[in-house]
Amino acid sequence: MPTYETVFMTRQDLTEGQVKDLTDKYAKVITDQGGKILKTEQWGLRTLAYKINKARKANYTLVEFEAPGAAVIELERLMRIDEDVMRCLSLRLDAPTEGPSVMMEKNRDRDDDTTMKKEAA
Amino acid sequence: MSAADVPTVKRPFFRRKKTCPFTGPYAPAIDWKDTKTLSRYISERGKIIPSRITAVSQKKQRELAKAIKRARFMGLLPYVQTETEQRPARPPRS
Repeated sequence: MPTYETVFMTRQDLTEGQVKDLTDKYAKVITDQGGKILKTEQWGLRTLAYKINKARKANYTLVEFEAPGAAVIELERLMRIDEDVMRCLSLRLDAPTEGPSVMMEKNRDRDDDTTMKKEAA
Repeated sequence: MSAADVPTVKRPFFRRKKTCPFTGPYAPAIDWKDTKTLSRYISERGKIIPSRITAVSQKKQRELAKAIKRARFMGLLPYVQTETEQRPARPPRS
């Protein structure tokens, strides 16, 4: 079974718990189709480079999984229907990646910034 | 002019040949999620910089272009960036 990565953006007004639920829901879709989840990452609320659906920010989630191709088609179909998912991108990977993605490292830096700002405020 | 003369002759427009930043043993992999690296290959306006300026090899430039386009689709990089919304504001022309 090939390895895939899917990144999807959810609406900014969802809480962290709701995003988690949504991720679990899609993880279940993959496992139901005979796939296996390798990694999930929450990138958190990020500012978009341009407005999408009149929104300036979105929650990003990355899911890396092994699954038959049909599971990816089903996953994308469901995501397109879902109102909470703004956009999604699924790509096949040559090999499963090791460790967290680049985004997580940068997020850590950014989180530090925000906490510092909070302390200053 | 033989090859041995080359370093001794002063050439006013000599430029060192740059090598592809994505080729070699320690080169970073091109990843559409890595906006920090990708943003070095887009202009202030948000356009992809041609490889003749950045010296990225043809093969890697194709990969790079695809990565930038993916990042744009997912809202990580801009399609167009106008002067007003640029992060470091340019000094106004006097």
